[in-house]
Amino acid sequence: MARGAVTIVVERCKACGFCVEFCPTKVLALSSAYNSKGYHPPHAVAPDKCSGCDLCGMFCPDFAIHGYRTDKTKGAKEAEDAG
Amino acid sequence: MSTTTLNTLPANPVEQFLRSERMPHIWCPGCGIGTTVNCFTRALIETGVELSNLAVVSGIGCTGRVAGYVNLDSFHTTHGRAIPFATGLKLANPKLNVVVYSGDGDLFAIGGNHLIHAARRNVDLKVICVNNLIYAMTGGQTAPTTPGDVITSTSPYGTYDPAFNLPYLVEAAGAVYVARWTVFHVRQLAKSMGEMFKKKGFGFIEVLSPCPTLYQRRNKMGDGLDALKYYKQASKIKHGAPTSEVGLTKSGEIIVGKFVDRERPEFMDMMNAHLSQRLGDEYIQPTLDGGCGSECGNCEEVL
Amino acid sequence: MQADPIGVLTGAHFLDGDHACCEGAIAAGARFAAGYPITPSTEVVERFAMRAPTVGGTFIQMEDELAASIAIQGAVWGGAKAFTVTSGPGFSLMMEHIGYAAMTETPCVFVDVQRGGPSTGLPTLPAQGDMMQVRWGSHGDYDTIALCPNSPQECFDLTVTAFNLSERYRVPVFVMLDEVVGHMTEKVVIPQPDKIEVEPRRFTRKDPKSFRLFEPLEDQVPEMAKAGDGYNVHVTGLTHDERGYPNMTPPVQDKLVKRLRSKIRDNAGKIWMYESRDIDEAEVVVVSYGITSRVAQRAIDLAKAEGIKVGKFRLITAWPFPDKPLREIAAKVKAFVVPELNLGQMVREVERVAGGQARTIHVPHAGGSVHRPEDILAAIREAAR
Repeated sequence: MARGAVTIVVERCKACGFCVEFCPTKVLALSSAYNSKGYHPPHAVAPDKCSGCDLCGMFCPDFAIHGYRTDKTKGAKEAEDAG
Repeated sequence: MSTTTLNTLPANPVEQFLRSERMPHIWCPGCGIGTTVNCFTRALIETGVELSNLAVVSGIGCTGRVAGYVNLDSFHTTHGRAIPFATGLKLANPKLNVVVYSGDGDLFAIGGNHLIHAARRNVDLKVICVNNLIYAMTGGQTAPTTPGDVITSTSPYGTYDPAFNLPYLVEAAGAVYVARWTVFHVRQLAKSMGEMFKKKGFGFIEVLSPCPTLYQRRNKMGDGLDALKYYKQASKIKHGAPTSEVGLTKSGEIIVGKFVDRERPEFMDMMNAHLSQRLGDEYIQPTLDGGCGSECGNCEEVL
Repeated sequence: MQADPIGVLTGAHFLDGDHACCEGAIAAGARFAAGYPITPSTEVVERFAMRAPTVGGTFIQMEDELAASIAIQGAVWGGAKAFTVTSGPGFSLMMEHIGYAAMTETPCVFVDVQRGGPSTGLPTLPAQGDMMQVRWGSHGDYDTIALCPNSPQECFDLTVTAFNLSERYRVPVFVMLDEVVGHMTEKVVIPQPDKIEVEPRRFTRKDPKSFRLFEPLEDQVPEMAKAGDGYNVHVTGLTHDERGYPNMTPPVQDKLVKRLRSKIRDNAGKIWMYESRDIDEAEVVVVSYGITSRVAQRAIDLAKAEGIKVGKFRLITAWPFPDKPLREIAAKVKAFVVPELNLGQMVREVERVAGGQARTIHVPHAGGSVHRPEDILAAIREAAR
């Protein structure tokens, strides 16, 4: 059960690969989809492994991704219900 | 994964600091400047700096564009002159916390003279120097920090002149806080920035960051991610290392850490103490908030 | 509003132009100066270094003129009225930052105590060689205001005016002394504070959400703000929109740069200051400024004694140049005589404005001393033929 989740702002991503590389639990991979600039944004390929540590958010030079805790945050219940 | 809209989920902590209407920014894929901004904002949150008292001053260059993207009082000044602008800003309005956010060429080539004087005086400025070892914005020319044998557009056969060792220079000039990190070291960098913000005096952090488009590509060193992998592999944390020993080479060891954390009297403190002592009651200390300090009541009249 | 009494040395003094200029700045509310020593201007900041700590001001000697000319702008954005002082070689160094002040509409004052040039030239001797440079010295299109005192009294008065104009039009303003006016010692009367009119900074009262730092009011001038008041201002030298955000496109460039010119140009009629005497009957009018105007007065008196109908037009503002008044005069006189301590700068403006309606007799001088009255008199005689 994931302890965290990520939010991706697809249009900001430039596919630099930092988040994919430095996620400690290898949650992410670049997708085959692309944004309007032609970049392949990441997506969560192993969402269950996400701990919500937000290292992806810290690394992202484009402010295009961030991670958050879902087991302890206020938004957790809503997120669970919605997702 | 949740697809709920952004506003029901915790927001990215950096977002409140951005002029969001200006996103996406102009920095290249794999450029590390944005990463330094994440660390900067984390440090601001962590240290609880009053944001309305924070001003960011930058010069010209890729890193200079930071001022335009942060939602704070921000000043994008002339090439090399962020530090004297920041000095005037701080002296006229001492309650401000003034951060100088600029690049290696801007701060150490054209701006070098201003940097050493501000460090000499220990003016209360916090300098974040993003060092991508090149003049990136203008197309990848040699910088005073470019290591030897690197191809740039003005050294097409490779550089041969020695590079500055920034921590060494800045320590010698008088800075009270000197550290170096890379954009790989996101947590340490944020922590170091926070430490620097809490310390009065001239603080300096060098952040190594890749320029994938010009430096990496022209030297067949891969892209931004390759640079971060190199930083990860080649960095050695050595707090307190003698700054004379932390020079950089093209693909050698990168010494990171906090090198200098010392005490020196700060410029305005010295000025106020000295003038108070010399002039006694005649000395009128400048006000803290940019006003002229008089009680004439004129401004209230106008307002 | 009236001057802050703390800065006003009311009374009759015996001061040189440099010192009087400093007092004018302080009376106008200047509480920050950054400078770099350069003859013959240094006394202005030396005096400020002594006076500032007693009036709540700050002086800092910077490492060069590049630093001084931008440090004052940092101080302005911190909320202070600020100025710097220099002479020819330093003025040349300051050009980039003059352009920055014009582009960012930063109100500040630059004092240039002109000396012989070019280059190191004559550090201790007068010239008026920077008159075109003050208008055109920085790259690109912008407009500035330049004032020319011809006495220590005017150094005081016009420095106050310079600060007022800079606040009113959010523009850098220049006080163009020359070495003689700067170093001559005369009586300077400093009035009571309530007799000195001081223009406050046009700080906005709008709330941060609606305020735009570069949105002009009806007079084409935007209101000001400062760092630390929650406005999250953004100031850049890049071509920018009304929020101050870079927007490097031709339409934005057109709108912005044209307004930087027209805010001065369209208000020129309110900015011009000149002294005109005996124009109505004149056949010849002597156009002069600064110290040369005092020598010209002697020549005018001698010419009148010879029966020549000669009038005087003294530029107090050299820029914006008083086109309209001079054009009207050109229609009625035979000739202008233009003595200057340079080889031909403001005379070009006189010629341009005269548009062929009147001759222009130039009395150049490469600098190093003032004209001899006889040389100006000879030109007046020539003009009257």
